Order: sequence, then C-alpha cells, then structure tokens
Amino acid sequence: MGRVVGRWFLTALPVVVVVSMLTFVLASLVPGDPARTILGINAPQEQVDALRQQLGLDLPLPQRYWDWLVAAAHGDLGRSITTRGSVAAELAGRLQVTLSLVVLGLIVIVLVGVGLGLISAIKGGWLGRAVDLLSLIGLAVPGFWLGLVLVAVLAVAVPIFPATGFVHFSDSPTGWAASMALPVLTLALTGTAGLAKQTRSSVLDELGKDYVRMLRARGLSERRVILLHVSRNAGAPIVTVVGLLFIGLVSGAVLLETVFVLPGLGSLTVAATKAHDIPVILGVTLILSFVVVTVNLLVEISYALLNPKVRT
Amino acid sequence: MIGRLLRKPLAVASLVWVLALIMLSVLAPLIAPYSPDQQDILHALEGPSRAHPLGTGVLGLDVWSRLLYGGRVTLVSTAISVAVYALVGLPAGLLAGYRGGLVDKVVLRLSEVAYAIPGTIMVLVVLAVRPNDETAAMVAVGLLAAPALARVVRSATIAVREELYIRAAVLSGLPDRLILRRHVLPTVMGTVIVHVALFATTAIVLETGLGFLGVGTRQVSWGELVAEASRNLGNQPWLLAPSGFVIITFILAFGLIGDGLRDANAEGYSVRQRAPRPVRRHRPPAAAAPPNAPADLTPNQRVIPAADALLAVEGLSIAFEVSGQIVTVVEDVSFAVAPGELVGIVGESGSGKSVTVAALLGLLRGTGRVTAGTMTFQGRRFDLADVKSLAGLRARRIALIGQDPMSGLDPAFTVRHQLAEVLKANTGLRGPALAERVLELLRAVSLPEPTAVAKSYPHQLSGGMAQRVSIAAALAGQPDLILADEPTTALDVTVQAEILDVLRSLGKAVLLVTHDWGLLVDLCQSGIVMYAGQVVEQGSVADIVADPRHPYTLGLLRSNPYFAQPGRPLPAIPGLVLPPDRWPAGCHFAERCPLVGPACLADPIPLGPAAGRLGWTRCLFQSQVAGLEEREARP
Repeated sequence: MGRVVGRWFLTALPVVVVVSMLTFVLASLVPGDPARTILGINAPQEQVDALRQQLGLDLPLPQRYWDWLVAAAHGDLGRSITTRGSVAAELAGRLQVTLSLVVLGLIVIVLVGVGLGLISAIKGGWLGRAVDLLSLIGLAVPGFWLGLVLVAVLAVAVPIFPATGFVHFSDSPTGWAASMALPVLTLALTGTAGLAKQTRSSVLDELGKDYVRMLRARGLSERRVILLHVSRNAGAPIVTVVGLLFIGLVSGAVLLETVFVLPGLGSLTVAATKAHDIPVILGVTLILSFVVVTVNLLVEISYALLNPKVRT
Repeated sequence: MIGRLLRKPLAVASLVWVLALIMLSVLAPLIAPYSPDQQDILHALEGPSRAHPLGTGVLGLDVWSRLLYGGRVTLVSTAISVAVYALVGLPAGLLAGYRGGLVDKVVLRLSEVAYAIPGTIMVLVVLAVRPNDETAAMVAVGLLAAPALARVVRSATIAVREELYIRAAVLSGLPDRLILRRHVLPTVMGTVIVHVALFATTAIVLETGLGFLGVGTRQVSWGELVAEASRNLGNQPWLLAPSGFVIITFILAFGLIGDGLRDANAEGYSVRQRAPRPVRRHRPPAAAAPPNAPADLTPNQRVIPAADALLAVEGLSIAFEVSGQIVTVVEDVSFAVAPGELVGIVGESGSGKSVTVAALLGLLRGTGRVTAGTMTFQGRRFDLADVKSLAGLRARRIALIGQDPMSGLDPAFTVRHQLAEVLKANTGLRGPALAERVLELLRAVSLPEPTAVAKSYPHQLSGGMAQRVSIAAALAGQPDLILADEPTTALDVTVQAEILDVLRSLGKAVLLVTHDWGLLVDLCQSGIVMYAGQVVEQGSVADIVADPRHPYTLGLLRSNPYFAQPGRPLPAIPGLVLPPDRWPAGCHFAERCPLVGPACLADPIPLGPAAGRLGWTRCLFQSQVAGLEEREARP
C-alpha cells in the first residue's frame, strides 16, 4: 500500500500538475477582461481595476499559476465568475453525480461485457458474430443520440422512467434508481459490446495457447481451466481496456448529463464553457485529471497483479 | 493494400457512402430545395411531406436542406482534426522510434499527459477560451489524440529499425531522411491508415457532440439538428431520425473502412498465399488391415506381443477442416506400446506424428477430429473419436509432455501452485502431504533446489528447468504411459541429454515423438517412421537403422548428422513434404522417391511385412532399398 501511494506521488501527481499548468496557460488566453465581464460594460474603469487587483489579474502569469496551485493544494479553487460561489464546494457535490453515473455504467458494462465475451469465446457461433455486430453499432451510435431515443421511447411514448432530472440517493433511493436508469442504460448500451469483443478476442487468444492444452492434459476440469487459468491470463488486457473505457465514459457523461439534465461535472463544464467561467473550468480539469490518473494507476497495479512478469 | 480493400464488399459500400455524403454536402447549394434558414411557419415541426421530404423543424425549417448544409460542417471539422492527428502523430512517432533518446522520452511523456485528460473536457476548455471556434476545438481534438498515434507508429518504427535491411541501409551511409521515407514509412503506413480511419469515428462523435451541446460552430450542423430534436421530443420525435441516420451511417462507414483496412493490412503481411487449387475430395480410407497381413495381427505385433500391449492403436485417421474442406492429415495409423517400453515415432515436420499423439488424449487443436480409429489401453477399448472418455485417462493413466516447456506452463501461477493443482485434481492428497509431494516430484526430476523452484513463476525458470517441471507435472497423476512430444527440441544439447536421462530413469512406458534419429536410437526399442500422414515403416529400432526397407527411411537416416560419414557431404531428400490437401492417391512419397515406378502411382500402397526380418513397410520395392544405399555409397 505504501508503495502504491509512493508511486502515485511520484508519477501520477506530476502529470496532474502538468495538465493543470497547460489548462491554466490556455485559459489565460481568454479574450477580454474577466473583471470587466463580471462587472459589466457600464462599470467605471476604477472599479474594474480594483477587481483586477483583488482577483490577482494584474500579476504575471507564473505568479498567478503558483498562487492558484497553492490555493488548490489547500482545497481552495476560487470562486465561480457566474455564481460567485466556491468552486470546490460546487465540484464536490457534482463529482458524486458524475462518478455514480460512470461507476454504475462501468459495473454494468464489465459484468455483461466480460460475461458475454467469455461465453461467446467458448460457445462461438452466432453469439460471436452478434458480439462483433453489436460492438460495431456501439461504436457508431453516439451516446447522446441513443439517450434521446431512449427518452423518446421509455419516458415519453411509454412513460416508465422519468425523462430527465436527478433525485439524490439520500432523498429517495428508488427515485435515485429511476433517475439513473436511463443514463446508465445508455452508457451500458454503447460500451458493453466493445468490451465483450475485447474479452472474446483475449479469451480466444489464451484458449489457443499451449498451456491450456497442457492443463487439460494434466487432468484439470474444463471449468477450472477456463475460470481460473484462462480468465486470469486474459484478464490483463481486459483490465487495460476497462481503464480506457472509464475515461471514455467520463467523456460520454459530459454529453449524457446534458441529455438527462443531471447536475454533474459535465453539465457544469458545458455551462461554464458557455459563460467563460474559467475558475470552474480549471477546477473541473484538475479534478477529472486526478480521477483519470488515479484510475490509470489502479489499472497498472491490477495489471501487475495479474501478470507476474511485470511484477518481478 | 488498397487493392485488397476493394475486394471487401462492406468496405467498398462504406467508401461509396462516405464519398456520396461528401458530394451531397459539397453540392448542397445546388441540390438543397431551401436555404438552411428559410422558414415555413405554417408547416413547422411536421413529418415528411411532398414539400419537405424529411419533414420540418421549428419555424418550418426544411430538415433535408439543413442536413445537406450541416454535413459541410461535420466533414470539414472531421478533416481538420484527422489532418492534425496524422500530421503531428506520424512524424512524432517516426522520430521517437527511429531516433530514440530524448525525442522518444518527450513523446512518451506527452502521451502520458494526453492520456490523463478526458478529451471532451479539454475541448470544452478550448471553447471556453475561443467561443464557438470549432476549428480551434477540432485542432485540439487532433492534438490530444496525436500522442496515441505517435505511440503506435513508434513501436512499429522500432520494429522496422531492428530489421537487418535497415541496419544495412544505415551502415551504407544512406541519409536518415531517405531511409525514413523509402523504407520505414511504407511499412508503418498501413497501421497509420487504419488508425486514421478509426480516429475519424471518434472525431465525428465529438464534432456532433459539440454541435449538440451548442458550443461548436454557429452554422447549422448535424449535431445541432439532434439538439433541435431533443427540444421537441414530446411533439415531433421523428426529428431524431434523419440526423441520427446520417451521423450513425457516417461513423459506421469509417468504422467498416477501418476494419477493412486492418484486415487488408494484416493480409499484406501474411505469407503469400498459394494459388488456390481444388482440394481433392478425401477418398475413403484404405482397408484397415494390409491385405497380405495375417488377420489376427496388428501391424507391429511381431515386435510387441499383443497380449502384453499396454496401448494398441488401430486404424487412426485424423482430419482437419480447412476453409470448408475436410482434409485428412493422418491415415490409418496403427501401433502398440508394451508396458515399460520406449517407442519412438520419427518423421519430418508435417508428417502427422504430433497430431497422432495428441489424438490419444482427445487434445487435437482447432478443427481437428478423429475420423476413424480405436485404442485399447490396459485392456479397455476406446473409440478415439470419443473425446470425453479419453479425457478420463488424462494424467492418471496417460500423461503428456509438450514440445515447448515454457509455453506449456501457465505464466500467471507459481510452479508450486500448478503442481499442487494437478495433484489435487488427480489424487486425494491435501494439506501438508500435498506440499511434501510437490517437493518430492521436483526432486524426482533431479531439480537441485526444489523449494526455490516451487516458489518461481515460469518466466523465472530456464528451459531445462521448465521441462523438468513439466515432467514433474506429468508424473503427478502416476501415469502408466507418458507421451513425450519432441520433449527436447527446444532445449540446448547438454540439457537434452539430462532430460533424456530423466525420461529413461522413470521406468515407465514412453511414446516419444521426435525428428531426431539420435534420440530414437539412444532411447527407444521400437520405432515408427511416419511420412505425410502414414506409417511407412515400423519395427525394432535396430532393424530399421541397420536395414531400412523404405526409401524414405533411408533418406531420413542418411540426411541425419547422427549417421554422417566423415568426409562425405550430408545428402538431403530432394523436394518437400506435400501439404495434406495435395497427397496423391498412390504412394505419398512417390514425388521424391528414386525407386518410383508406375505401380506406385495408381492405388494406395498397403503396409506389408518386411521380407526376411520382423517389421512392416509401405513400399512395393523394399528389396531394392538396400541396393539404393550401395549405389549411392559408391564414390
């Protein structure tokens, strides 16, 4: 555990810092004066200058970045230009929504995708072709469009689920489940077949290997050969794909939160983009790169656990 | 590669569709019945009609016209990001892979950074800074994805750089620029094109997503049409259909082109295929017993009395399905093994010897199936096509030792785990007795440090150690017969000798597959010579070596270094083993045989008794084989 934390500080954290630096520099290119934007066109120049000084906008860029980074390390991400509220507090609430959407989606995708991939690898035949076809459709159908179709069918035409909106788990668990059902279903429909295809090809790769034949020759049951040995060896490439999938789901969530009007990080980013709310944008990038880097590290660790060659 | 792609109907249809969409968008001002912002208030939000073939949106805007104009945005944006992706990723990958060093490190670090940013978020950052500047956003999309391409190109380039012809080019002083352009680029180009096609699908999804969110261009776009549909889901869900159709089919087309390119690229690297020739329908196997053989004897019973036989295989035939055709690879093979006897099967690669052995445990690979044959083992009769009942013999009665010891062990588990697992599956041992037995097995195969080996993973073992572990695993079930499929081929000569000692010391019956006469002579009492799926000669090893009765046996013996004569060149058998789908009706060896006559070509040659000594041969001219040897031995 100590080694894992050490790795995180040594390799993952610097990446996050670089990403935040890039975003900061990029954001500083925003045309116009944020102070002017906040105060409006008619505000007197003295007032604007005062706000610039207050916001630190008169300082040189490296100084501004350093101040921002130090504050961020203390959990202070500044204030939103539009709502004037604390960015950190806003993000904390919204991260929950996004993460619950992505994690639920990932769980469904992994369970169904890996299961389907394993079965289609062993049984072969039409199931394998179905997985290939479905993965192509999963690739081609954009999540936001599919989400809208699901809303049109399962919420508008046949009102089974609420079309949009979000209910907090603490308010009503059933309401929460209902509000998450369509977004999670959308994520699952777009991601499952791809993972199933990857699983199938990894499992087929392993099944063709010599050690599988030798394990059979040594009198092990087919169950044990597949569930223990093949799964373990096919697991390493699958874990890598799951990591990439997670990052893809975060990107997909940005659009799905807009489709389903969920108060997550994605819809916040879209709103902030439209309003040029730079502090919020910087905060979102920071938090999400944190999440992504941590997930990548977890993937790396599980890969090493599954593959002794990497470990020793 | 393009030629191969054009032979794939799905890919061609996709190409046509992409070209059609491009044409329609380019010609939009000519084709579109309305301008994209022409209103028809009286017919707002209607389904398809004569005036509006795809219906109308809010304010009666014509969907068909807007679709045509909208395509321009998506196409241009996709093209921009694809261009950036390729123009940045390709050179960066080439340089990183070819030069290595600092450039390589920088590219790898950058790709790590790019992996840490969810793409959509970063594109939104760009759009926050440059509102509605879709070009900037799509450039960012290309830049963010370029490191991934660079990584792919980098590994491909490294692989090419290691090739001898590139090293030769470098040594001959060809400038790097020229080497990259003439030699490296063409080889990695296939991979790049595949990735570009697949990246295009991502770019389209992102572009339409931006349009949907309303943060992209202010012009009409496909994504914006979806957004319009989303605002009118309640009263006109039809609006989802036209925009969804073009977006999905456009992405699908690129996906299919990518798949097609990948296949075409892979085919380009595979071995050049032989011109397709008609596969001869397999004729029914020849009569199970040679006509002139006494009916109550199996072929090598004169070497091993039948009553004592531990294993007797009769009439084994094996076929594989190759692109829809049934191809027989082993024909009517019969032999026997006495308890404690060491029997060797010898032959060139492709003679069917390994398949024969695998069939005894029901372990044929892929589409392989036993089409005929039975086996009597310890007095019990088995149908060799019945894999289930053969599986019951595995490990506890008949064990297998494989050719490549390394790949025969599961890389993910320790030796201890794998041996314990085999013991648990085949014996009642549990707990401390099990742990002790694992070490005992490792000692039995003369591994010097059993405890250390037990803790190791396969990749930490040497080839010889791994093969000893395989033998230990084969011994775990206390089998009565060990099938050893080229057990020493992958090992050093000194290690080979040690492994053979281990095999000999076991005191068990061994059926050894080998192409090495030295091994056969050292280890085995009986020998079976196979050629092109058939037994061509069998008998005692001493007889076969001293007095071969088949020209193939003679050729094999004379081409073996083990029997080389000092000062004489080592003769080789002319020609190659024919692939199974080209075996002739007559003698399989006819094409390469110095004794071949008209009688050899017409009908299958039966296995007949050797004249004047024990053993069997499948040659009509067995008496002339000895003369052949003398004739060629003359200077």
